[in-house]
Amino acid sequence: MFLQMKEPAPTEQNSDISQKLRSLYEAVQEEAIPDKFLDLLEKLDQAEQASRSTSDDH
Amino acid sequence: MTTDKAKNKTGAEESVSESSAFKRDLLATLPSLRAFAISLIGRHDKADDLVQETIMKAWAKQESFEAGTNIKAWLFTILRNEFYSQMRKRGREIQDSEGTYTESLSTHPEQYGSLDLKDFRKALDQLPADQREAIILIGASGFAYEEAAEICGCAVGTIKSRVSRARTRLQEMLGVAGEGDYGPDAGNAAVTSRAFIH
Repeated sequence: MFLQMKEPAPTEQNSDISQKLRSLYEAVQEEAIPDKFLDLLEKLDQAEQASRSTSDDH
Repeated sequence: MTTDKAKNKTGAEESVSESSAFKRDLLATLPSLRAFAISLIGRHDKADDLVQETIMKAWAKQESFEAGTNIKAWLFTILRNEFYSQMRKRGREIQDSEGTYTESLSTHPEQYGSLDLKDFRKALDQLPADQREAIILIGASGFAYEEAAEICGCAVGTIKSRVSRARTRLQEMLGVAGEGDYGPDAGNAAVTSRAFIH
Protein backbone atom coordinates (compact mmCIF):
# COMPACT_ATOMS: atom_id res chain seq x y z
CA MET A 1 0.00 0.00 0.00
CA PHE A 2 2.77 2.39 0.88
CA LEU A 3 4.58 1.38 -2.27
CA GLN A 4 1.64 2.38 -4.43
CA MET A 5 1.36 5.80 -2.85
CA LYS A 6 5.02 6.62 -3.31
CA GLU A 7 6.00 8.95 -6.15
CA PRO A 8 9.05 7.81 -8.07
CA ALA A 9 11.94 9.83 -6.70
CA PRO A 10 14.80 10.99 -8.93
CA THR A 11 17.11 8.49 -7.27
CA GLU A 12 14.75 5.68 -8.24
CA GLN A 13 14.71 6.86 -11.83
CA ASN A 14 18.48 6.83 -11.64
CA SER A 15 18.50 3.35 -10.26
CA ASP A 16 16.19 2.28 -13.08
CA ILE A 17 18.86 3.46 -15.52
CA SER A 18 21.59 1.80 -13.46
CA GLN A 19 19.65 -1.42 -13.28
CA LYS A 20 19.14 -1.60 -17.03
CA LEU A 21 22.77 -0.82 -17.65
CA ARG A 22 23.81 -3.58 -15.28
CA SER A 23 21.37 -6.05 -16.84
CA LEU A 24 22.81 -5.37 -20.25
CA TYR A 25 26.36 -5.72 -18.99
CA GLU A 26 25.76 -8.79 -16.90
CA ALA A 27 23.98 -10.58 -19.72
CA VAL A 28 27.26 -10.48 -21.66
CA GLN A 29 29.43 -11.09 -18.64
CA GLU A 30 27.59 -14.31 -17.90
CA GLU A 31 28.14 -15.69 -21.39
CA ALA A 32 30.83 -18.35 -21.68
CA ILE A 33 34.17 -17.06 -22.94
CA PRO A 34 34.19 -17.73 -26.70
CA ASP A 35 36.47 -20.60 -27.68
CA LYS A 36 38.45 -18.40 -30.03
CA PHE A 37 39.80 -16.43 -27.07
CA LEU A 38 40.74 -19.57 -25.18
CA ASP A 39 42.48 -20.90 -28.30
CA LEU A 40 44.27 -17.62 -28.80
CA LEU A 41 45.58 -17.60 -25.23
CA GLU A 42 46.66 -21.21 -25.56
CA LYS A 43 48.59 -20.39 -28.73
CA LEU A 44 50.23 -17.33 -27.22
CA ASP A 45 51.23 -19.37 -24.20
CA GLN A 46 52.62 -22.23 -26.29
CA ALA A 47 54.55 -19.87 -28.55
CA GLU A 48 56.09 -18.23 -25.54
CA GLN A 49 57.04 -21.53 -23.92
CA ALA A 50 58.52 -22.79 -27.19
CA SER A 51 60.65 -19.70 -27.63
CA ARG A 52 61.73 -19.91 -24.00
CA SER A 53 62.85 -23.54 -24.22
CA THR A 54 64.67 -22.79 -27.48
CA SER A 55 66.59 -19.96 -25.88
CA ASP A 56 67.36 -22.17 -22.87
CA ASP A 57 69.03 -24.72 -25.14
CA HIS A 58 71.53 -22.20 -26.44
CA MET B 1 79.52 -19.60 -17.02
CA THR B 2 77.75 -22.40 -15.13
CA THR B 3 76.53 -19.83 -12.63
CA ASP B 4 75.11 -17.76 -15.44
CA LYS B 5 73.33 -20.73 -16.87
CA ALA B 6 71.85 -21.62 -13.49
CA LYS B 7 70.76 -18.06 -12.99
CA ASN B 8 69.09 -18.00 -16.40
CA LYS B 9 67.24 -21.13 -15.63
CA THR B 10 65.87 -19.73 -12.40
CA GLY B 11 64.81 -16.62 -14.28
CA ALA B 12 63.01 -18.70 -16.86
CA GLU B 13 61.24 -20.72 -14.21
CA GLU B 14 60.13 -17.57 -12.47
CA SER B 15 58.67 -16.15 -15.62
CA VAL B 16 56.88 -19.42 -16.35
CA SER B 17 54.96 -19.10 -13.11
CA GLU B 18 54.49 -15.36 -13.60
CA SER B 19 53.26 -16.01 -17.08
CA SER B 20 50.72 -18.60 -15.99
CA ALA B 21 49.51 -16.26 -13.25
CA PHE B 22 49.15 -13.58 -15.89
CA LYS B 23 47.24 -15.94 -18.13
CA ARG B 24 44.97 -16.98 -15.29
CA ASP B 25 44.22 -13.36 -14.33
CA LEU B 26 43.67 -12.41 -17.94
CA LEU B 27 41.18 -15.26 -18.33
CA ALA B 28 39.40 -14.27 -15.15
CA THR B 29 38.99 -10.72 -16.44
CA LEU B 30 37.83 -11.67 -19.94
CA PRO B 31 34.07 -11.86 -19.26
CA SER B 32 34.07 -8.37 -17.80
CA LEU B 33 36.39 -7.02 -20.49
CA ARG B 34 34.11 -8.41 -23.13
CA ALA B 35 31.02 -7.00 -21.44
CA PHE B 36 32.74 -3.60 -21.43
CA ALA B 37 33.58 -3.86 -25.14
CA ILE B 38 30.07 -4.92 -26.12
CA SER B 39 28.43 -2.26 -23.97
CA LEU B 40 30.73 0.31 -25.49
CA ILE B 41 30.34 -0.71 -29.13
CA GLY B 42 26.96 -2.41 -29.30
CA ARG B 43 28.00 -4.95 -31.89
CA HIS B 44 29.22 -8.33 -30.72
CA ASP B 45 31.42 -8.98 -33.76
CA LYS B 46 33.29 -5.65 -33.59
CA ALA B 47 33.55 -5.88 -29.83
CA ASP B 48 35.07 -9.35 -30.02
CA ASP B 49 37.60 -8.14 -32.59
CA LEU B 50 38.55 -5.45 -30.12
CA VAL B 51 38.84 -7.96 -27.29
CA GLN B 52 41.07 -10.15 -29.44
CA GLU B 53 43.30 -7.19 -30.26
CA THR B 54 43.43 -6.34 -26.56
CA ILE B 55 44.48 -9.87 -25.60
CA MET B 56 47.33 -9.79 -28.10
CA LYS B 57 48.48 -6.32 -27.03
CA ALA B 58 48.26 -7.25 -23.36
CA TRP B 59 50.19 -10.46 -23.93
CA ALA B 60 52.93 -8.66 -25.83
CA LYS B 61 53.40 -6.11 -23.08
CA GLN B 62 52.78 -8.31 -20.05
CA GLU B 63 56.28 -7.44 -18.81
CA SER B 64 55.05 -3.91 -18.24
CA PHE B 65 52.26 -5.14 -15.99
CA GLU B 66 53.23 -5.03 -12.34
CA ALA B 67 52.11 -8.22 -10.67
CA GLY B 68 49.77 -7.54 -7.78
CA THR B 69 48.36 -4.33 -9.24
CA ASN B 70 44.89 -4.06 -10.74
CA ILE B 71 44.96 -6.17 -13.91
CA LYS B 72 41.33 -5.36 -14.66
CA ALA B 73 42.02 -1.62 -14.85
CA TRP B 74 45.17 -2.32 -16.87
CA LEU B 75 43.30 -4.43 -19.43
CA PHE B 76 40.40 -1.98 -19.65
CA THR B 77 42.91 0.79 -20.36
CA ILE B 78 44.45 -1.20 -23.21
CA LEU B 79 41.03 -1.98 -24.68
CA ARG B 80 39.91 1.60 -24.40
CA ASN B 81 43.04 2.96 -26.07
CA GLU B 82 42.67 0.41 -28.84
CA PHE B 83 39.02 1.37 -29.28
CA TYR B 84 39.82 5.05 -29.70
CA SER B 85 42.73 4.45 -32.01
CA GLN B 86 40.51 2.26 -34.20
CA MET B 87 37.78 4.87 -34.07
CA ARG B 88 40.20 7.53 -35.24
CA LYS B 89 41.37 5.26 -38.06
CA ARG B 90 37.93 4.39 -39.31
CA GLY B 91 35.59 6.86 -37.69
CA ARG B 92 33.62 7.15 -40.87
CA GLU B 93 33.10 3.41 -41.16
CA ILE B 94 31.72 3.16 -37.62
CA GLN B 95 29.32 6.03 -38.19
CA ASP B 96 28.12 4.60 -41.48
CA SER B 97 27.44 1.24 -39.94
CA GLU B 98 25.01 2.59 -37.35
CA GLY B 99 22.06 2.05 -39.64
CA THR B 100 23.02 -1.56 -40.19
CA TYR B 101 23.43 -2.00 -36.48
CA THR B 102 19.95 -0.74 -35.66
CA GLU B 103 18.56 -3.06 -38.26
CA SER B 104 20.38 -6.08 -36.85
CA LEU B 105 19.06 -5.16 -33.41
CA SER B 106 15.47 -5.31 -34.51
CA THR B 107 15.93 -8.78 -35.94
CA HIS B 108 17.53 -10.15 -32.76
CA PRO B 109 15.53 -8.71 -29.92
CA GLU B 110 15.90 -11.86 -27.83
CA GLN B 111 19.56 -11.04 -27.42
CA TYR B 112 18.58 -8.22 -25.10
CA GLY B 113 16.03 -10.09 -23.07
CA SER B 114 13.25 -7.57 -23.35
CA LEU B 115 12.01 -4.70 -25.45
CA ASP B 116 12.84 -2.49 -22.53
CA LEU B 117 16.53 -3.35 -22.72
CA LYS B 118 16.51 -2.93 -26.46
CA ASP B 119 15.32 0.65 -26.05
CA PHE B 120 17.94 1.14 -23.40
CA ARG B 121 20.63 -0.20 -25.72
CA LYS B 122 19.55 2.23 -28.43
CA ALA B 123 19.62 5.14 -26.01
CA LEU B 124 23.05 4.11 -24.75
CA ASP B 125 24.37 4.06 -28.30
CA GLN B 126 23.25 7.61 -28.83
CA LEU B 127 25.42 8.95 -26.04
CA PRO B 128 28.76 10.47 -26.96
CA ALA B 129 31.44 7.80 -26.53
CA ASP B 130 33.09 9.54 -23.58
CA GLN B 131 29.84 9.68 -21.63
CA ARG B 132 28.97 6.12 -22.56
CA GLU B 133 32.27 4.71 -21.36
CA ALA B 134 32.08 6.73 -18.14
CA ILE B 135 28.65 5.47 -17.17
CA ILE B 136 29.58 1.88 -18.07
CA LEU B 137 32.80 1.93 -16.06
CA ILE B 138 31.10 3.41 -13.00
CA GLY B 139 27.62 1.94 -13.30
CA ALA B 140 28.36 -1.56 -14.54
CA SER B 141 32.05 -2.50 -14.43
CA GLY B 142 32.25 -1.54 -10.79
CA PHE B 143 35.20 0.85 -10.92
CA ALA B 144 35.68 3.68 -8.47
CA TYR B 145 35.72 7.20 -9.92
CA GLU B 146 39.48 7.37 -9.37
CA GLU B 147 40.05 4.14 -11.29
CA ALA B 148 37.78 5.20 -14.12
CA ALA B 149 39.63 8.51 -14.33
CA GLU B 150 42.90 6.64 -14.63
CA ILE B 151 41.54 4.32 -17.31
CA CYS B 152 40.24 7.26 -19.33
CA GLY B 153 43.27 9.45 -18.67
CA CYS B 154 41.26 12.35 -17.30
CA ALA B 155 40.40 14.07 -14.02
CA VAL B 156 38.04 12.51 -11.47
CA GLY B 157 35.76 15.53 -11.82
CA THR B 158 35.53 14.95 -15.55
CA ILE B 159 34.36 11.38 -15.02
CA LYS B 160 31.79 12.54 -12.49
CA SER B 161 30.35 15.12 -14.84
CA ARG B 162 30.32 12.67 -17.77
CA VAL B 163 28.43 10.13 -15.68
CA SER B 164 25.97 12.74 -14.56
CA ARG B 165 25.39 14.04 -18.09
CA ALA B 166 25.01 10.47 -19.34
CA ARG B 167 22.34 9.75 -16.72
CA THR B 168 20.43 12.92 -17.50
CA ARG B 169 20.57 12.23 -21.22
CA LEU B 170 19.45 8.61 -20.79
CA GLN B 171 16.55 9.71 -18.61
CA GLU B 172 15.50 12.22 -21.24
CA MET B 173 15.69 9.67 -24.02
CA LEU B 174 13.86 6.99 -22.09
CA GLY B 175 11.16 9.38 -21.05
CA VAL B 176 11.66 9.22 -17.33
CA ALA B 177 13.11 12.71 -17.09
CA GLY B 178 12.49 15.65 -15.00
CA GLU B 179 9.39 15.64 -12.86
CA GLY B 180 11.10 14.89 -9.60
CA ASP B 181 13.83 17.37 -10.32
CA TYR B 182 12.03 20.34 -11.78
CA GLY B 183 8.33 19.91 -11.22
CA PRO B 184 6.09 18.73 -14.05
CA ASP B 185 6.66 21.57 -16.50
CA ALA B 186 9.89 23.37 -15.76
CA GLY B 187 12.07 20.64 -17.22
CA ASN B 188 10.11 20.49 -20.43
CA ALA B 189 10.03 24.25 -20.70
CA ALA B 190 13.80 24.39 -20.38
CA VAL B 191 14.23 21.78 -23.08
CA THR B 192 11.75 23.50 -25.37
CA SER B 193 13.32 26.92 -25.07
CA ARG B 194 16.73 25.42 -25.69
CA ALA B 195 15.38 23.74 -28.79
CA PHE B 196 14.12 27.07 -30.11
CA ILE B 197 17.41 28.84 -29.57
CA HIS B 198 19.18 26.43 -31.91
